[in-house]
Amino acid sequence: MVEINWALARKQQNLTERARILQEIRAFFIGRGLLEVETPCRIPANAPELHIDAVAAGAAVLQTSPELAMKRLLAAGYPDLFQLARVWRAEERGSRHLPEFTLLEWYRRDAGYTALMDDCEALLLALVPAGQLTWQGEKIDLAPPWPRLSVAEAFRLYAPCSAADALATGRFDEILTGEVEPRLGHGPLFLIDYPAPLAALARLKADDPSVAERVELYLGGLELANGFSELTDPAEQRARFVADEAARRAAGKDPRVLPEPYLLDLAGLPRCAGIALGIDRLVMLLTDTAEIGEVVAFTPEQL
Amino acid sequence: MYTCADLKKGLKLIIDGDPHVIAAFDFTKPGKGQALYKCKLRNMLTGAQYERTYRSGESFEPAQLEERDMQYLYKDESGYVFMDQKSYEQVTITEDILGDDHFFLVDNMQVKVLLFNERGIGVTLPNFVNLRVVQADPWVKGDTAAGNNKPATVEGGYTLQVPSFVEEGDLLQIDTRTGEYYTRVKE
Repeated sequence: MVEINWALARKQQNLTERARILQEIRAFFIGRGLLEVETPCRIPANAPELHIDAVAAGAAVLQTSPELAMKRLLAAGYPDLFQLARVWRAEERGSRHLPEFTLLEWYRRDAGYTALMDDCEALLLALVPAGQLTWQGEKIDLAPPWPRLSVAEAFRLYAPCSAADALATGRFDEILTGEVEPRLGHGPLFLIDYPAPLAALARLKADDPSVAERVELYLGGLELANGFSELTDPAEQRARFVADEAARRAAGKDPRVLPEPYLLDLAGLPRCAGIALGIDRLVMLLTDTAEIGEVVAFTPEQL
Repeated sequence: MYTCADLKKGLKLIIDGDPHVIAAFDFTKPGKGQALYKCKLRNMLTGAQYERTYRSGESFEPAQLEERDMQYLYKDESGYVFMDQKSYEQVTITEDILGDDHFFLVDNMQVKVLLFNERGIGVTLPNFVNLRVVQADPWVKGDTAAGNNKPATVEGGYTLQVPSFVEEGDLLQIDTRTGEYYTRVKE
């Protein structure tokens, strides 16, 4: 007798829960009047990012995020949108990273990043009506409102130097993951107002242009979602893309074209805010699973 | 030279002049930030373990280790004893230096002993080893959900996750590279 493939079979409970979560997410957003869209996975260009590498697909690339296509739809007059998108990021594989994963991305018109934070609170409570979950032995209370802590304040509280100094010495990411994140606790928390250079597509704060209106949601110590008030100025966006592409090339990465149709349509983008939430990590949290590979049918190693 | 993309559990490299093995590995990356490669390293000469985080762009010198086919004989107070069956030369390796690999040594097992300046500093095990379950919760009849798992302890004291149908006395095939359950051995 041949035994069944246990490494696949043991995921059935998690995948059943994953299916339920996806259905409830759709119901949540449709119930709030958002339109579900699908945009292409294979595209001519992503937004250039120094630390996110796309997977080549012939002369095109696979999307690292559906953001550009969705904002073009908003610029064309579409209402609030959401999408459950498959995205690819080269060479990202760890206990919380897969090179192919699922993003829930949504946009609110005439809104800033605070509206996205309100949505996150409501979505989690819709998925977890009891308002409490246990992940890896930690009880997590989801009762809103969730704390909103600025990056500057988080570094002042938990880091050996200021966020500005960390950025200037090229150690921001290292200190954020090594010193700050472990001290943010397990409860839900929004880390907000990132240094301007760390938010290529975000609007700067009107009263402090050294920071951008960007938010990261942490839950159970996992970085779950990243969003911002969208930059709507095409000239400013082009300047940032050119600088980021130059930084990519200086780092020896394959040259990429800029997403020109996006820059063209950006002039019509209304004031809006958008956020991407990692579905695989959300399923990890809701199924009390420590390894991201246990909440997808196949890991790259199992193919 | 290795780059960060080569880093994974079990890789052997030279750090500060000593051969090290990566005992645990994770890739992490803050949103939009740079990739960080977290390694738990074990010094293969001293057994000392510590953590180090590397950033993309760094490179590593592979540890060039001599491998010799040997047979595992027994364990005594000094450690685990292996013998070259051609020369009858014996090598002893302590538990600290073997790390988790010591759980998978079975008497008379053929292994490759790793040598650094004639010193035994580790073994390369067969990919799979069969070990008998000495402790596991009983199988609840009716619990047929294929996905359910539970911990089980095998001879030698190693504990791993197994399917719910595994019972005490079962012989398991374990993947020594990952330490995970592979299948039950039909007897």
